[in-house]
Amino acid sequence: MIGIENIIFLIVAAVGIGLFVWQIRKIRKNVLMGRDTDLADNPSERINKTLLVAFGQQKMFKRMLPAVLHLFVYVGFIVINIEVLEILIDGIFGTHRVLGFVGPLYSGLMALNEILAALVIIACAMFLWRRNVTKVPRLATGVEMRAWPKMDANVILITEIVLMLALFVFNIADLKRVLLAGEEVVGAYPVSHFFVDIFGEDPDQLYIIAKVGWWFHILGILAFMNYLPSSKHFHIIMAFPNVYYSKLLPKGKFTTNPAITHEIKAMLDPSYQPPAPEVDAEGNPVMQRFGAKDVEDLTWKQLMDSYTCTECGRCTSVCPANITGKLLSPRKIVMDTRDRMEEKGEHPAIFAPNHYKEMGVERMETTEEKTLLRGYITPEELWACTTCNACVESCPVNIDQLSTIMDLRRFLVLEESAAPASLNAMFTNIENNGAPWAFPASDRFNWADELYVPSKN
Amino acid sequence: MEENKRLVKVPTMAQMAANGEEPEILFWVGCAGAFDDRYKRVTRAFVQILEHVGVKYAVLGTEESCTGDPAKRAGNEFLFQMQALTNIEVLNAYNVKKIVTACPHCFNTIKNEYPDLGGNYEVIHHSTFLQQLINEGKVKVQGGEAFKGKRITFHDSCYLGRANDIYEAPRDVLAALDADLVEMKRSRANGLCCGAGGAQMFKEPEPGKKDINIERTEEALATLGAGNGVIATACPFCMVMMNDGVKNKDQEESVKVFDIAELIAQAEGLSK
Ligand code: SF4
Ligand code: SF4
Repeated sequence: MIGIENIIFLIVAAVGIGLFVWQIRKIRKNVLMGRDTDLADNPSERINKTLLVAFGQQKMFKRMLPAVLHLFVYVGFIVINIEVLEILIDGIFGTHRVLGFVGPLYSGLMALNEILAALVIIACAMFLWRRNVTKVPRLATGVEMRAWPKMDANVILITEIVLMLALFVFNIADLKRVLLAGEEVVGAYPVSHFFVDIFGEDPDQLYIIAKVGWWFHILGILAFMNYLPSSKHFHIIMAFPNVYYSKLLPKGKFTTNPAITHEIKAMLDPSYQPPAPEVDAEGNPVMQRFGAKDVEDLTWKQLMDSYTCTECGRCTSVCPANITGKLLSPRKIVMDTRDRMEEKGEHPAIFAPNHYKEMGVERMETTEEKTLLRGYITPEELWACTTCNACVESCPVNIDQLSTIMDLRRFLVLEESAAPASLNAMFTNIENNGAPWAFPASDRFNWADELYVPSKN
Repeated sequence: MEENKRLVKVPTMAQMAANGEEPEILFWVGCAGAFDDRYKRVTRAFVQILEHVGVKYAVLGTEESCTGDPAKRAGNEFLFQMQALTNIEVLNAYNVKKIVTACPHCFNTIKNEYPDLGGNYEVIHHSTFLQQLINEGKVKVQGGEAFKGKRITFHDSCYLGRANDIYEAPRDVLAALDADLVEMKRSRANGLCCGAGGAQMFKEPEPGKKDINIERTEEALATLGAGNGVIATACPFCMVMMNDGVKNKDQEESVKVFDIAELIAQAEGLSK
């Protein structure tokens, strides 16, 4: 029976989903601020990777405890979504447990649902403990872990617990009402069965409690969905496309800039004909910066990376520069990219980017310049990177922090000639002697002098 | 042994071409292999192995130039491509097909980054090459007992390991030595950088609490236990950094840093 309640539900759900779509459009627009890059190759390998790393959580299992806890929340999220589907149908059409007709399968699903919901509560509680009491260093330290990222993590965990509790309130009250009325129990509720005694026996009251639990759960989910785009929790969506589009090449292979290749070929061979420069819609040649100064110089994939970051700090905790006290934190590079992108483009409903300047963070001397480079990320951070790929290896959602660091470095060198003096000396040596050290090229073969081997027999 | 040695005349590509010959492999020496006093010993050890097994090889000699790796990692794409395109011209002129190098940075650059610029070769790091020689029985490591009971720990080079997924080849080579191979806490994919990659070799580190090579050396020393151990490396940069670290910790008497090629050459009685 469709009544006024269902109409209200329909409106609320439509508004919630509409708002979410509107937020996603903003994010899409921001990501498309980036330069184009073609990542449509090798679909089968990409699908494989997505199955392993995103669906299969492969890289999480480098650290056992968080991996298991995270697995509970992750599987819980997927299974509970099936129930959300039922809630949507029930809500719109005024049905009650509409999927119940599948019988034993439904019982299995509901039972699994309850067990997972309980595990989610336990996992989230432990996550809260790790963040706020034992203060796992990678989650607690670093200039990028400002007020907002810290609060964000706690908001998510508490919300998840509350949502699961609401689900239990609904299940317990509904189960008790059905049991008291002597009706047939649709589904199986191993956890709720334990708690039926916490509510009284008044059927009207039970009905209302179940309704409140039900409405709270679904409203909570709609609100949470709209909170996602402002949050590190957005990775539950972005992890999948981000892993799909991740780098398939060896980690040591850095990008080659073809514009530079043409320039050098023309220098070496005056008869070389470089291809005509790209033109924009008005027919003007597209001028591209060498390297990256701001977010639009990065590729859409690098921008997508920053929306995927879970702020877990695994990258930073394995970064040799960070371990030994340098300013560099690969997580900060990724988070800064997101902040700058949202400052320049649009930002989701709840979040507003903030600046280090306003925080008086020690040693982080960003300038007034509103660009990613210097306004957020300082050359000192960039020069500390050993390009070791530890961050890339450690990231559970296949973010390529190093590619962004390299593009920013390239801008410093190619557009500003702002490399440290010792590196400039190295460049000169390579140019003049064909080696990074100041040795004459004619000495290159001296190592072969007076070299002996034992003669056989 | 003194009386039974023979002087090696290292063949160059130019000589081979003049004789109308082509070597099986080109040994790419690299700047460190050619100029760094410590790493020159590795170059020589590797040539001794090549001579010993009788592989037909050649080097470029003075025609070799920096691959451009330090320029590229420092962000100087222009200088990198300049070097790369010039080197590729030389390599292609000699019709080079297969390159072996003892430097992971040269290896990575020629293998992964030269193809975009027209340089396509089969590129092998010396760890893989040595592993093949051992597997084929060409190198028997007869003097391997010299290492019996010695603790050796292998320090992964980022540009061999994470950058190109080569973790087992150098370990297999060390396993042939019959030594006591011990792993550091951070090894293989989780290995810690020596601190020299990404052109850090050529500049002062940024301000911090500690230098990266000291952190890594401390870890190696803790793994080896007190005295008399070997830190094995397979990269010229790692070798410099670990050597500096060991000196900094005043351990150079008891803890030695060797390249895997040197250890094999020693075990084969090819060098002291
Ligand atoms: S690649 Fe750079 S940022 Fe990433 S872990 Fe290594 S040093 Fe740190
Ligand atoms: S970049 Fe990856 S590893 Fe680093 S904080 Fe973000 S999600 Fe974690």
